[in-house]
Amino acid sequence: MSLTLENVTQIVDGQYYINQANLTFEPGSFNVLLGRTLSGKTSLMRLMAGLEKPTSGRVLMNGIDMTGVSVQKRNISMVYQQFINYPSMSVYDNIASPLRLAKESEASIKDKVMEIANMLRITPFLTRLPLELSGGQQQRTAMARALIKDADLVLFDEPLVNLDYKLREELRIEMRELFAQRNTIAVYATTEPNEALALGGTTTILHEGQIIQTGPTAETYHSPCNVIAATLFNEPPINMINGNISKNEVTFDNTVHFPLTSELNVLEEGEYQFGIRPSHLSLLPKNDDDLEMSVQVEVAEISGSETFLHVRNAHFQMVLHLSGVHRYQVDEKIKIYVPTHKLNVFEKGGKLIQSSSRKIEDNYHG
Amino acid sequence: MAEIHLKSLAHSYDTTANPPEYAIRQMDHVWHDGGAFALLGPSGCGKSTLLNIISGLLVPSEGDVLFDGVRVNDTPPQDRNIAQVFQFPVVYDTMTVFDNLAFPLRNMKAGTAKINTKVREIAEILELTDVLDKKAANLTADEKQKVSMGRGLVRDDVSAILFDEPLTVIDPQLKWKLRRKLKQIHEKFNTTMVYVTHDQLEASTFADKIALMYGGQVVQFGTPRELFEQPNHTFVGYFIGSPGMNFLEVERCDEGVCFGNTIFTLNNAEKKALQHSKSTNLKLGIRPEFVHVWDKPNDDAFETKVEFVEDLGTYKIVTLTFAGVSMKARLQEDQQVPQHTAFISFPEQWLMLYVDEFLVAKESDYE
Repeated sequence: MSLTLENVTQIVDGQYYINQANLTFEPGSFNVLLGRTLSGKTSLMRLMAGLEKPTSGRVLMNGIDMTGVSVQKRNISMVYQQFINYPSMSVYDNIASPLRLAKESEASIKDKVMEIANMLRITPFLTRLPLELSGGQQQRTAMARALIKDADLVLFDEPLVNLDYKLREELRIEMRELFAQRNTIAVYATTEPNEALALGGTTTILHEGQIIQTGPTAETYHSPCNVIAATLFNEPPINMINGNISKNEVTFDNTVHFPLTSELNVLEEGEYQFGIRPSHLSLLPKNDDDLEMSVQVEVAEISGSETFLHVRNAHFQMVLHLSGVHRYQVDEKIKIYVPTHKLNVFEKGGKLIQSSSRKIEDNYHG
Repeated sequence: MAEIHLKSLAHSYDTTANPPEYAIRQMDHVWHDGGAFALLGPSGCGKSTLLNIISGLLVPSEGDVLFDGVRVNDTPPQDRNIAQVFQFPVVYDTMTVFDNLAFPLRNMKAGTAKINTKVREIAEILELTDVLDKKAANLTADEKQKVSMGRGLVRDDVSAILFDEPLTVIDPQLKWKLRRKLKQIHEKFNTTMVYVTHDQLEASTFADKIALMYGGQVVQFGTPRELFEQPNHTFVGYFIGSPGMNFLEVERCDEGVCFGNTIFTLNNAEKKALQHSKSTNLKLGIRPEFVHVWDKPNDDAFETKVEFVEDLGTYKIVTLTFAGVSMKARLQEDQQVPQHTAFISFPEQWLMLYVDEFLVAKESDYE
């Protein structure tokens, strides 16, 4: 089954919750909705599910107009951030409940419950009550219930937020594997860029009720279509610097001047915004035409294997994402290097003009 | 500010159980004055129990909690001079930001001039100056959390500030800002801080030392770098790092240990440790970051099959099959991934031997 949103708009009390959304999700696809809190992710999912009716526009399933058809008449499952289970039923009965509603035979129910419980590694807990389980196990129970009925569309609304970091890492992989074998459309809302990247599939970036960009996840990350997409889809946040290009130099923030490099002299003279990913900055020059900047250290956040170095000059702040442990004193003066071929150049406040010329390799998923 | 000493500390919620079940198993730790510490671990590991014992919400069933050498087991939370910041910001909605920040000082009957100076100083650091006159109800979630933190910071006399998952409800972009603020604040004031989290990035960027907890025990207490480079237990190897450490189950052989037909030689300390043990539970561990990946064979490299590649933006994770076992390697964004067949090698420095799940140090303990 495919799902299409056609010019879907939702207005509540004069406020645009969703503004002219157009999207198509293919059968068997895994789709991430990425956006900050209140960007419209939940609203969009409720419209997809039929829990809300759009103010205008259509929701199509397999090409058939389903706008206004209630959620009960669609084959849909939802998993929420707060795990919802029936507290008085055993884990087994919780998982079995959608099939019992559909009046399936107990024999067939048993097979299916065992299969999904096995996949989600909750078989040992089937006779327990949900509240006797850990948070991760409870969420897996809720997921098992959502997955058991072979829904056409499964909606996940930040399902892993309340779980341990490690458990999230494991459940993400499980989910990817689970959906790889199915024809179901999965939609997964998250606020975290790194989670979107880990989930793969396609990513749709939402901001203030509008779809900013949609496409294969890695491609969307590497080629953000505008300043908003670049800002939302990077962790730590991408460094954005206003600047301009004149006949023979590029200037950051009216203060830092560099001679024009071959990468940048194809651009017309004018004002731009330069997006520099924290991971592309370095402490040593790597290319002949790297731009050298003098900065002061604000603070170094050092994990066991990486350093997030926050620096500033008189005019702007930047963060560098470095491999390894680098210790610095606060206010220490250092030089950093910007590779010009990795700059994302945007129209001021607007769309991408020149992407980092890095070639996106053929990454294949097995 | 205070040194926190957890002396022969243990806790059982049910002391009548036989055998007793411990939420916190006996430990002895001294957390030096002015340090930044993280309690890290999966849910149910006992980190919140331990925090509650430090704050005084819970009286330990065994052992003592000492603040600067003074036993505080029976001192209630309000008399311990600690400040706490919780997962959900606690602010007085009807008060202004200024009054929220001033609240602890007014309770102490501080003078108006002192209150004014201190509140403005803290507001400046937390970038709250512009909203000082606003009602707290009208703040965003991250601003509210900054007010919560600020209330802990205005007092000069706090022994420690305890944070219980303070960034969980904050959006990622703002998390970065707040985390940085917290780090700067610690560097400026040097207050003893204890930070509970299940997020290794938050723990490792914040803390000088991490207590990694599992099953009511601190399995390793060390710097983030030590936990990453020298995990002293397989659980630490697994829990720290993303993805966690690769493990190969190996057997003893004449030259060292063997993984199928592959022989790994050991250094003297490791050989001696093996001689002292009869265990057959032997593992080699290596972090995905330290696996070298080549597209052509060389003397030290093993042939593997490339299963799939995940592009995680700033880096890539390659899943490989090495003699039937799945392994992960972490590559830089620009590094080429060989197609189908890759050759991998393990730098000796980063290949760790585990006997019964515990690390064998590369330097000998048996000299």
